[in-house]
Amino acid sequence: MNAVSAIAQHSGAIAWRNLVGLRRTPGAIFASVLQPIMFVFLLGYVFGGSLGGEAYREFIMAGIFAQTVTFNAAFTTIGFANDLQKGIVDRFRSLPMSRVGVILGRTSSDLVTSMISLLVTSLCGLAMGWRIRSSVLDAVAGYLLILLFAFAMSWVGAYIGLVSRSVEVAQSLGLIWLFPATFISSGFVSVVAMPEPLATIAEWNPITALAGAARILFGNPAVPGLPQPDGWPAQHAVGYSLLCSLVIIAIFMTLSVARYRKATAR
Amino acid sequence: MTGYAVQITGLRKNFGTHTALDGVDLAIPAGQVFGLLGPNGAGKTTTVRVLTTLLRADAGQVLVAGADVATDPQQVRRNIGLSGQYAAVDDRLTGFENLYLVARLYGMTRRRSTAVARDLLDRFRLTDAADRQAAGYSGGMRRRLDLAGALVAAPPVVVLDEPTTGLDPQSRLDVWEVVGELVGGGTTVLLTTQYLEEADQLADRIAVLNHGRVIAEGSSDELKQQAGGERLELVLGQLRDLPAVLQLLEGLGELIVDERARRITVPVSDGQRALAAVLDLLNANRIRLLDAGLRRPTLDEVFLGLTTPVAEKVSA
Ligand SMILES: Nc1ncnc2c1ncn2[C@@H]1O[C@H](COP(=O)(O)OP(=O)(O)OP(=O)(O)O)[C@@H](O)[C@H]1O
Ligand SMILES: [Mg+2]
Repeated sequence: MNAVSAIAQHSGAIAWRNLVGLRRTPGAIFASVLQPIMFVFLLGYVFGGSLGGEAYREFIMAGIFAQTVTFNAAFTTIGFANDLQKGIVDRFRSLPMSRVGVILGRTSSDLVTSMISLLVTSLCGLAMGWRIRSSVLDAVAGYLLILLFAFAMSWVGAYIGLVSRSVEVAQSLGLIWLFPATFISSGFVSVVAMPEPLATIAEWNPITALAGAARILFGNPAVPGLPQPDGWPAQHAVGYSLLCSLVIIAIFMTLSVARYRKATAR
Repeated sequence: MTGYAVQITGLRKNFGTHTALDGVDLAIPAGQVFGLLGPNGAGKTTTVRVLTTLLRADAGQVLVAGADVATDPQQVRRNIGLSGQYAAVDDRLTGFENLYLVARLYGMTRRRSTAVARDLLDRFRLTDAADRQAAGYSGGMRRRLDLAGALVAAPPVVVLDEPTTGLDPQSRLDVWEVVGELVGGGTTVLLTTQYLEEADQLADRIAVLNHGRVIAEGSSDELKQQAGGERLELVLGQLRDLPAVLQLLEGLGELIVDERARRITVPVSDGQRALAAVLDLLNANRIRLLDAGLRRPTLDEVFLGLTTPVAEKVSA
């Protein structure tokens, strides 16, 4: 078997195992479904009232897509920490299999979780008045871009899971970075209104890029009261978002694989 | 071919300032059962983890079927099957799915994976539970499933870390039977255990590990020999007779007294004669005994003798 088909078989088997497990523990899916529902209605109606109503609710959907898939990284983190703690990773590591296979299997199966989350988010958005106002092709490109970012975040989550010494640590580490990462962005507010250096961080934040790109590809206009920056990242939102995802995947794939060799249960 | 399935030389491993392995040397002959004995924290699991490529050693060399764990871990992994100290079973999968997964990860085809999984479930008497989630398995069933996972690729070297800990007697016998079958088929088995009886029953050779060092090695007969020959054991009816009895037995040999158990043990050379003489003597002095007899040392005694500080100088 050549290396590529070996990796495909290994990660396929691991992804199959994760999905079988997921199907048998519906409680775990529950969170990935409930979370986007909460985001959509809380942000849409709690903030929406004072920030622009209808138009605001349409505006934030792209931000919620980005936030939802970013938060799904926590599933990868906790899934990995669990496997480590139960010694299942030890069993995998004692087998003559590719190192990347186990992690790729996990990030692939978590992509399915993200798809479910995206579907639920979209349905909630539609119920709230959000619409896709672009072509089918653009819409498909938008979803693919979001999924690519979900995949990238999953690799970040995998790395955090691998460095956590226990499930408890993984639970806090895996969640804590999500708040600054998603809120210091153009997801729900105007980046222009932030003080420096937050404004610059937010402008270059990959999550800002994804939200901006999704707005373009879904044809959702900005809200007049929330001016958006027009620097390089904003002008090249789609390309920049694509680049961010690829770079994040490359970095965290390398880190995770290196870490996987040393990761131990205990 | 060296005739050794595993060769360990000068193995060292520190965790921070704590020395877990302090220069371990072991040579495990191919096709035998090798027992690694030691108290809690002796370094058994650490040794197992190094030799199954899960942990990197600080110093020393480990060869498994000729391959070096440090430079060619992938080749080592092809030749070993591991069942770790804590069963690595996925609770959400069924017994069948657990084994099928391992087979797929070995690169087997779907058809072959299915066949291998079914066959192993049969061998480990798990066929009835094959399609139930492992979450509902008893401790013994989980352990057997984990053990089966180590045998999926029929590796020439099988490493079992405390394979029978927590098992009921029947399950333990099942595991023993499998170990017997494996060795019958030419497999080398390295097992760690805290049950000396198990090492005695199963292992062709035994190494005793303590504080990260091998303090004795040999067949179980050789180890028992080391602990000395026959002993005479007396249990007194009343503790207050003890001083008198000790006085009567003076000169017989080195008396070992356990006051709480009211027991006196003494190594003797001609056991039968010594027993008769001692009983005559005690009868003449009207000392009541609860129990009297001759005993060969058990592996337990060898083990305790070797691992308690006083006897630590009795090294191999
Ligand atoms: N990952 C680790 N970090 C720190 N110390 C460790 C680690 N692994 C093992 N140790 C220490 O190394 C020593 C040897 O541990 P090891 O697990 O090899 O013992 P063992 O013989 O398997 O014991 P047991 O019978 O309890 O399983 C112990 O003192 C243990 O605390
Ligand atoms: Mg141990």
